[in-house]
Amino acid sequence: MRISPGSTALRLFCGLAFLFLVAPILVIIPLSFNAEPYFTFTTGMLELDPDAYSLRWYEQVIFGEQWRSAALNSAIIGFSAAALATVLGTLAALGLSSPAMPWRRPLTALLISPLIVPIVITAAGMFFFYSSLNLTQTYTALILSHAVLGAPFVVITVTASMAGFNRELLLAAASLGAGPAYSFFRVQLPIISPGVISGALFAFAASLDEVVIMLFMGGIEQRTIPREMWSGIREEISPAILAAATFLILVAVLLLVTVELLQRPGKKPSN
Amino acid sequence: MLNKARTGAILLALPLTAFILVTFVAPLGSMFMRSLYDPLVADIMPETLAALEEWDGTGLPAEQVYALAARELGLAREEKTIGRLATRLNRDTSGMRSVIMRSGRALKRAGDAPWSETLPDINPAWGEADIWQALVRTGARVTPIYYLNALDLTLDSDGGVVRQPEDRRIYGTLFIKTIRVSLVITLLCLAIGYPVAWLIAHSPPRMSRMLLVLVLVPFWTSLLVRTTSWIVLLQQQGVVNDLLVRVGIVADEQRLTMIHNMTGTLVAMTHVLLPFMILPIYSVMRGIPAVQMQAAMSLGANWPRAFRQVYLPQSLPGVGAGCLLVFILAIGYYITPALVGGQSGQLISNFIAYHIQTSLNWGLAAALGCVLFVAVLLLFLLYDRVLGLDRMRLGA
Amino acid sequence: MKTIKTSVLLCAAWTSTMMLSTVPVNAQEDQFITVVSWGGSYARSSVKAYHERFVEETGIQIKLDEYNGGLAQVRAQVETGNVSWDVVDMEAGDALLGCDEGLLETVDYETLPPAPDGTPATQDFLDVYDVECGAKNLVYSTVYAYNDTRFPEQKPATMADFFDLEKFPGRRGMRRAPNANLEFALVADGVPSARVYELLSTEEGIARAFRKLDTVKNQVVWWEAGAQPPQMLADGEVVMSTAYNGRIFNAWALENQPLTIVWDGQLLAFGYQVIVAGTPKLELARQFVAFATSTESLANLTRYISYGPLRHSSLALVDKHLETGIDMEPHLPNAPQNISNAVLEDPEWWADNQDEMNERFAAWLVK
Repeated sequence: MRISPGSTALRLFCGLAFLFLVAPILVIIPLSFNAEPYFTFTTGMLELDPDAYSLRWYEQVIFGEQWRSAALNSAIIGFSAAALATVLGTLAALGLSSPAMPWRRPLTALLISPLIVPIVITAAGMFFFYSSLNLTQTYTALILSHAVLGAPFVVITVTASMAGFNRELLLAAASLGAGPAYSFFRVQLPIISPGVISGALFAFAASLDEVVIMLFMGGIEQRTIPREMWSGIREEISPAILAAATFLILVAVLLLVTVELLQRPGKKPSN
Repeated sequence: MLNKARTGAILLALPLTAFILVTFVAPLGSMFMRSLYDPLVADIMPETLAALEEWDGTGLPAEQVYALAARELGLAREEKTIGRLATRLNRDTSGMRSVIMRSGRALKRAGDAPWSETLPDINPAWGEADIWQALVRTGARVTPIYYLNALDLTLDSDGGVVRQPEDRRIYGTLFIKTIRVSLVITLLCLAIGYPVAWLIAHSPPRMSRMLLVLVLVPFWTSLLVRTTSWIVLLQQQGVVNDLLVRVGIVADEQRLTMIHNMTGTLVAMTHVLLPFMILPIYSVMRGIPAVQMQAAMSLGANWPRAFRQVYLPQSLPGVGAGCLLVFILAIGYYITPALVGGQSGQLISNFIAYHIQTSLNWGLAAALGCVLFVAVLLLFLLYDRVLGLDRMRLGA
Repeated sequence: MKTIKTSVLLCAAWTSTMMLSTVPVNAQEDQFITVVSWGGSYARSSVKAYHERFVEETGIQIKLDEYNGGLAQVRAQVETGNVSWDVVDMEAGDALLGCDEGLLETVDYETLPPAPDGTPATQDFLDVYDVECGAKNLVYSTVYAYNDTRFPEQKPATMADFFDLEKFPGRRGMRRAPNANLEFALVADGVPSARVYELLSTEEGIARAFRKLDTVKNQVVWWEAGAQPPQMLADGEVVMSTAYNGRIFNAWALENQPLTIVWDGQLLAFGYQVIVAGTPKLELARQFVAFATSTESLANLTRYISYGPLRHSSLALVDKHLETGIDMEPHLPNAPQNISNAVLEDPEWWADNQDEMNERFAAWLVK
């Protein structure tokens, strides 16, 4: 499809752009195996000397008390927030997709707004709010806050998958005697499930990535992986951070692949 | 039937709406409250302040006011609230902290009427109008002072609004800088993102999917991971400098400074936000049939003209969405500038965090947050008007 | 096909949660306290010097957190009633303010352990700045240090040299705060160390300090955590940097970094152990503070890092650096040869002027 002039120039430019996008992330991975506490490729590494590589930073991350409890916290907060966001978000998306829904535009705007308001404002507001309720430094406050950030993703993905949903199926189910709950779980949910799962994954990723609210409201008990990385970067940057980062990249790729498989056009069952 | 469907739809949307109202809108509301409402001084010295209403603002107040102030300071000391009173007044006028604290301590030991002599004996500051004016200023429960400060203004001793002295003006410059930096980042993202989106949208399907993954990998990767990468790459002993030295472009002693300054902020933030530009543009471009361009060119238009008149207008919705998204995200960014921005790369959000976490001037933090919020809200409404929020899309 | 995919995904999510949740979070035996310190080599030194012995002797576990000074977290915890920090290692100004605001418990020196020879604690501690809520801990100093390899011939020797970009070109590291920088600027500008705060109490003195800072401003890399300067110096990010003396000592002694401290114009300050008001573990916290500020603990710390003890009885015990056998006395900030031109930090001045100086410093940075 050669419709642009200087296609080679365009390709070259885009090649550089893709390099800019991906290379920085890839650079981290080999460096996390550095035997030295440095962030550069030592001569030994470049000569592929096995002694220049080591797993010591992975040992630190996997067996270190701090990182382990951080991983646990990330999991607890991430799963709980994603679950809450998914349930509430899916219900709301079903409501918004109904042709009978009044005030759809303003309501959508409201439900999506946590995604658009800069995180520093949201976090500041939550800090004031939860400190007046004496809830800072609690899991409850963090899970609720992360759920708010995740819910818009669920609303968006589920609404999108509802766009391809034939409502007559529900009427058909009803005419065959199915109750609303039955027809939801047996008819509607299987069809929109790719949207629900993608939304849940987005919500989980949003929580896993969140650090500003953590910084304002989290205590030492609730430290998550990104919070641990933050203090690592600010204080003593050690390649252990790169090892943790490599794990996070793996998680990101897993999430990405899952969502892509779910959203791949043509495989989505519709009607 | 329709009514029932309507009720059903509303009921479905209700839980999340309520949830967002309580855990998102209410917090923003409490931030707004914080920015205007500051009852601290009024709660600690209610009677003194009531008595000060009689005072004309010049000269010294009456003996009765002195007596009330002495009594309420003593009470505040017993209840351990005097420290907060001192901190609040000190924020208004430097040096008030030690005046208040020392007076509190001295009052515990001794002191008798006439208070209008005892208090100035304890500390001469009580013999001047300044401290009483400061009490009146900070005594208002609803105060515009945080908004004024957020706009580099303050109140003078007569209560008039004046500009801050020059060596204390900071937020005006900072808001302008934040907007400028966000604009530069938006333009950088657009310049890189538009051609990339074009290539992805008009490549064969297999190729297109592969390229899209290259955009989505950074999109899904944790922000902290990406920021760390840039530190690793750009620092003095980092990968890029090492490479330049090895190749011989740069001498070892003159390694480039690319981090802890504006360069670091710009590069890292462009990287972080680029996918938010590419994805909306791509999703719009995908819907533009390539045949149109070919048709225009076969009718005699050269490439630039065909592009300008046929393709570009159709891709504008995507460009608008991408630009607004990137701009809004950039304007509120905190983590990346804090870690790679150094001194010159700090933006308004860093100061909001600073006032929450370090200086503890929560009122000012809230006012800065509200000002930023209004700016974003305006953009948000613009976005909705031009493109429609309900058409927002994620990923492919 | 799709259902399979979904269930696989859910299973994976479930198993990973289960796996993670079976990992023991912490050795949370019955009793533990959270002790907050300044991180990096200082925290490591405290752990070796007395945390470990404390745990061994009392069976009380210690959870270590770190911070970069300031009262924000303490205040948030006290005001919301969720006190999770028990003992904090604090600088004088914060301890003073925190005490005033009722955020910290008062310390009764009568309850601190006496010296080995029986001298009561009230007399054993050095007669330095008293904070009602702090148990005197150590004397530390903000100094500047340089990377030896960067100056093969002439070496920086005075505070003025730090500000002399012509004689000693290269980037400087400084703390992103007005503290110490204002004092350094005046000393470098020729103000006698004893008159620094007198001058800073005048508008003219402050302006003079900022003018001096102006001369190096665009060569400065700002740091926030005490662990950063040694790293920046070692990485070659800067050629000289202000820093806490103990951090530089450790980078030099333990990691063989070619760093040299310039003591001229150093800012001497004191550190305190404080207890956060309203901690549910008040008794354990008191026990820890008494242990941490005992003669032995303070003396022991000097075997790991070069911070001076604030007890007479501990000073007598100062000996050698444990790992390298370096004689510690000359490296302490309060050693006679190091204090000839030292500024003694004035916590009162800072408590009164911190807010205003922060504002002016921030405005100056943005300019």
